[in-house]
Amino acid sequence: MFDETIVAVSTAFGEGAISIIRLSGSEAINIVNKVFKGKNLMDVKSHTINYGHIINIEDGFAIDEVLVSVMKSPRTYTAEDIVEINCHGGIFVTNKIMELLLTLGARVAEPGEFTKRAFLNKRIDLTQAESVMDLIQAKTEESLNVAVNALDGRVSKLIKNLREEVLSLIASIEVNIDYPEYDDAIVISKKILKPSIEEIIKKIDEILEVAKTGKILRDGIKTVIVGRPNVGKSSLLNKLMREEKAIVTEIAGTTRDLIEGYINIAGITLNLIDTAGVRDTEDVVEAIGVERSKKVINEAELIILVLDNNEVLTKDDIKLLEITEHKKRIILINKVDLESKIEKNKIDNYIETSMLDDDSIIKVEQKIKEIFELGDFKTKDLTYLSNSRHIAKLNNAKNSLTESLISIENEMPVDMIEIDIKDAWIFLGEILGEEVGDELINELFSKFCLGK
Amino acid sequence: MYDIIVIGGGHAGCEAALAPARMGLKILLVTAKISKIAHMPCNPSIGGPAKGIVVREIDALGGEMGRNTDKSHIQMRLLNTGKGPGVQALRAQADKVDYPKNMQTTLLNQQNLTIIEEMVDDLIIEDKKIIGVLLENREKYFAKAVIITAGTYLQAKIMLSNEKWSSGPDDEKPSLNLSDNLRNLGFETLRLKTGTPPRVAIDTIDYSKTEIQRGDMEYHAFSYDTTDYKPLENQVPCYLTYTNLDTHEIILKNLSKSSMYGAIENIDSKGPRYCPSIEDKIVRFNDKTRHQIFLEPESIHIPEIYVQGFSTSLPKDVQDIMIHTIKGLENCRIVRYAYAIEYDAIDPTQLWATLESKLIENLYFAGQVNGTSGYEEAAGQGLMAGINAALKIKGKAPFILKRNEAYIGVMIDDLVTKGTQEPYRLLTSRAEYRLLLRHDNADMRLRDYGYKFGLIDKSRFQKFTNKKAKIENELNRLSNIKILPTNDVNNYLNSNESAVLKDSITALNLLKRPEISYCNIMDLLNEETLLTKAEIQQIEIQIKYEGYIKKTISLVEKMNKLEDKKLSVDIDYLKIPNLALEAKTKLNKIKPLTIGQAKRISGVNPSDISILLVYLESYRKK
Repeated sequence: MFDETIVAVSTAFGEGAISIIRLSGSEAINIVNKVFKGKNLMDVKSHTINYGHIINIEDGFAIDEVLVSVMKSPRTYTAEDIVEINCHGGIFVTNKIMELLLTLGARVAEPGEFTKRAFLNKRIDLTQAESVMDLIQAKTEESLNVAVNALDGRVSKLIKNLREEVLSLIASIEVNIDYPEYDDAIVISKKILKPSIEEIIKKIDEILEVAKTGKILRDGIKTVIVGRPNVGKSSLLNKLMREEKAIVTEIAGTTRDLIEGYINIAGITLNLIDTAGVRDTEDVVEAIGVERSKKVINEAELIILVLDNNEVLTKDDIKLLEITEHKKRIILINKVDLESKIEKNKIDNYIETSMLDDDSIIKVEQKIKEIFELGDFKTKDLTYLSNSRHIAKLNNAKNSLTESLISIENEMPVDMIEIDIKDAWIFLGEILGEEVGDELINELFSKFCLGK
Repeated sequence: MYDIIVIGGGHAGCEAALAPARMGLKILLVTAKISKIAHMPCNPSIGGPAKGIVVREIDALGGEMGRNTDKSHIQMRLLNTGKGPGVQALRAQADKVDYPKNMQTTLLNQQNLTIIEEMVDDLIIEDKKIIGVLLENREKYFAKAVIITAGTYLQAKIMLSNEKWSSGPDDEKPSLNLSDNLRNLGFETLRLKTGTPPRVAIDTIDYSKTEIQRGDMEYHAFSYDTTDYKPLENQVPCYLTYTNLDTHEIILKNLSKSSMYGAIENIDSKGPRYCPSIEDKIVRFNDKTRHQIFLEPESIHIPEIYVQGFSTSLPKDVQDIMIHTIKGLENCRIVRYAYAIEYDAIDPTQLWATLESKLIENLYFAGQVNGTSGYEEAAGQGLMAGINAALKIKGKAPFILKRNEAYIGVMIDDLVTKGTQEPYRLLTSRAEYRLLLRHDNADMRLRDYGYKFGLIDKSRFQKFTNKKAKIENELNRLSNIKILPTNDVNNYLNSNESAVLKDSITALNLLKRPEISYCNIMDLLNEETLLTKAEIQQIEIQIKYEGYIKKTISLVEKMNKLEDKKLSVDIDYLKIPNLALEAKTKLNKIKPLTIGQAKRISGVNPSDISILLVYLESYRKK
C-alpha cells in the first residue's frame, strides 16, 4: 500500500459537459470530505453516489454542485479507497477543485500511477507487468512535453527568484549552525527573519493574485445576468450574440445549472450561467424564487444586474440589489433613451445603457476590467500560473512560511523556525521540478568564507 | 591466521580494530609506527557541529573516540547553545600528545588485538575474495577480512610552492604501492587534496593583541559513561586574531608562488571547499578586509600553536613575511610550515553500505581513504567497518544505520549512494532529520545496538536503561499530575512572566510553555527532582518540541516505507527495458539495497522508481 493519496482529472480536460476528478489512497475520502457540503462522506457506505457541493475553504462559497462516488478499499480499481468527483466540465471549475484537493494534501498522480497502484496492489494480473511499465514510460514522455510547456518562462523565473531568496535565508541560518564562530556567520535573529519571511509571503501573494487574473483571462468569469422581466436582459444577450462574440452556445442542459454560452468581451471570457429552465419567463426571481436566485448568484463570480430606467424600483429590484451587494457586480440602468423614473440616488456605481447602443457595450467592457483589476493585460503576453498543481504548491509554500512566522511568535529557536522555511523551499522547488540536491551546501560555500 | 587485519592506525583504524576485538575476534593491526597511532596531523580539535554528534554516536555504540577525548582534552565547549537542541554539539581541544598516547594504551591493552609496525604492499586475493596481505618486508598474513584505513597515505605527496615530493602527513612515510594494486584490482581512485596551516612557537606570540576564547566553566563529556572530569580551571584557552590588508597584499603579490596558483603545473586533485587555503579565501572573497585566525594550543606538553585559518602552499619565506603582518604574531617564529598534501582515495560508490567493497568480498574501507575528511568522520566509518566485518564473519546480519538514526548513517549513505568530488565533511545541513539526530539523544538512538553487538557491557547498559526508564516514568507522571489554578500557582506563574491559569492543566502541558522549565514545574509541585541534568533535558526537549519532532518523524515514516522495499544486488538493471539509460547505468554501478536508496541516486527519476517498483513486484513473484 502507498502512503500518499493521488489525484487526477480522468476525463479529457476542458471539453465535455462533465469532468471526473479521481482520487486514490488512504486519505482520499477524508480529503474530499473536508471540502464537501452534503453527507459526511466518512460515514457513507462504500460504492455510493452522493449529491452535494464542493466548497471553497477560504470563503465558504460553493464552487460547484457535484456528485461524489465513494468506493472503499479493497474492491476498487487500485484496491485503495477511491473517490470520484463528477463536476461541471469547465476548466475553471475543474482546476479550482484540483487546486483545493492538492492544497489539502493530495498529490498529482504520476503518469500511469492509478494503473501502477492497481498492479502493485495485485488488482492487475502479473502478466501485465510489462505493459504497465510501458504505460509508465509512455505517459512520462508525454507528460514531460506537457510539463515543459506548462510553466511560463517568466513565472518560472519569478518562482526561481523567490526560491533563491528562501534558500539564501536558509543558508544564513545554516552557516551559523555549522560555523557558529565565523565572522561571516551573523546570528540570524528573529528580527532579521520575520520581515524577510513576510516579504516573501507578500511576493507569493502577488504571484497568486496574478495567477488569479491569468485564470480569469484564460478560463473566463462565471457570470449571471439578473433582472426583472422586460428590463432588457435578453436584448443585452442578443446584442452580444449579434456582435458574434459568442464562442460556444447551448450545451445541452440537464437538470443542473450549466454554462449557457461563452461570450468574449475584450479578450475576457464571460461564462454565462444558464438559470436552468427560466429562460422562457426571463424572470429569475419570479420563476425560481429569491432563495434559488441567491444560490445562482452565490456561485457566480460576476453579476450583471439590469434595472429599468423607465420604472421606479420594485421590491424585487431592491431584493436583487441586496443579495448581490457583496459580489462583484455591474449595475446597468437600461433604457436611458426613455424617461427616467428610477430613483438613481438609491443606487451607487451604475452604468447607464441603452442596449441598442455600441457605446454601452464598451462601458460594460471597461467596467469588467476595472472590477477584476485586469488593467491592460493582453491575453497573449501574460505571465501567469495556470496549472492548479503549481498554484497548490505555491499555497503550500505560503502556508509553511506562515507556520514559520508562528514559530517566531512562539520564541522557538532558529533551527526549529527553519524547518518550515525549508519546507517552503522544497515546495517551490517542486513547482520548478527541481530536486533538493547539494544546492544548499553549494550555496553555503559560495556565499560564505569558511574553514580552517 | 587472524579474523580481521586492519591496515592503518589512524582514527578509523583504531575503531576498526577495537570493535571486532571487543566482539571476540582475533585482530591484527598493521601500522607504520605504534607511536603514531591515533596521531592528529591537522587541527587539534575534536567535535563541533555534526562532528561532535558523531563522536557521541561512536560512544553510544561502544567506540573509543569519545572516552579518549574526555581523557585527553585541554578545553571543551558546548556550541550553538543559543539555538535549538537539534544543533547543539560539543567541541574539545584535544591534547595532541595525550590523545594518541591514551589511545595507544587502550589498543595495547586490548585483548585479541595484535599490533605490528609494518607497511602493507599488496592484498592477497583468491577468487574475488581477500584472504590476506603482503607486507613491504614480503611477509604474508592471512585473515577472513581486511579493513583498509590508509588515511591520506596512498601515494601521498606534499606540496609547498613549486616543490612536490612523496611524503605522508608530518613527514611520515607514504604508502607507495597499495593504490596501484587497488587500481589493478579494478578500483577507481580519486586524487584529493588538503592542507594544514603553520605552527608557531608559543612564547613568540603576543596574546595581549588578541581576543581570548575560553572553554566553558561547566563540566562536559563526550562519553555517556565519563564520571571523572578534568578540573575546569586547568583548561587552556584559544585566541582569536585577524588577517589585514597588509597580509592580503603580500599574498596577492606572491600568489604565483603558491602551488595551487601556478607554482606547480597541472594539479588536478580536488581540495575541499570548506577548508580553503588563505590564498583561496583572499582570491574568492576579495571584498573582505580581514579573515579570522584562531590560535589553538596543540598540547600542554609541546609549546606549539596551531594557526587555524592560515593554511597555505606559499613558500616558507613568504609564510614568514605574511604571518608577521598579523596582530599578535608580529614576532612569531614558525616551527613547522604550512603545506598542502594530495593523496589517493577510492571512489566510495564502489562500497556497500557496510563499507565492504563490491569488487572484492571481505575487503572493507574506512576513513579518509573513502574520500572523507576529519577525524570524527574517519572514526565513525572505522567503527562501522569493524562491526560489519565482525558480523559477517560471525554469519550475522549486517549493521546499516539509517539516515534517521545517526549522522554516521547519513555520511555512509551519502558516500556509497552519491559518491564525492571533494573530501567529504559532515555538516548538519546534510541531515534531513537532524532534529532527531541530536547530541543529547545519541544513547537513546544507538546504545541498544552497542549492547547487542557486545560493545557495551552490562553495567554500562544498565546505566542507560535506568536513565531511559526514569525519563519515561517522569513523562508519564507529568501527564497525570493536574495543576490547579490556585492563587499560589497563579502568583508563581505571574512572577515568572507566564500567563495565569483559568482551568486546571496537566504538568506536562504546562511545561509546553516556552517560558516554563522543568525546575519551575518542580517548584510548583514543591518537589526536589531526583533526575540528572541530562534526564531533565530529554524531558524538556520531548515536550517542548513535540510538534516539530512529530513532523520529522512523519517524514521518516514516509522514507522508511521506501527503505523497507529491498532490491536484490543481483538485478541487472540494463535488462529492464523501460528504465532511462542514465538510470540503468547508475543503478548498475551503485547497486542500491533499497528503493529508498535508489531514489537518492542523482539521475534516477521518479518514473524510474515507478518502473522499478513494478519490476520488483513481478520479479518477486516469478
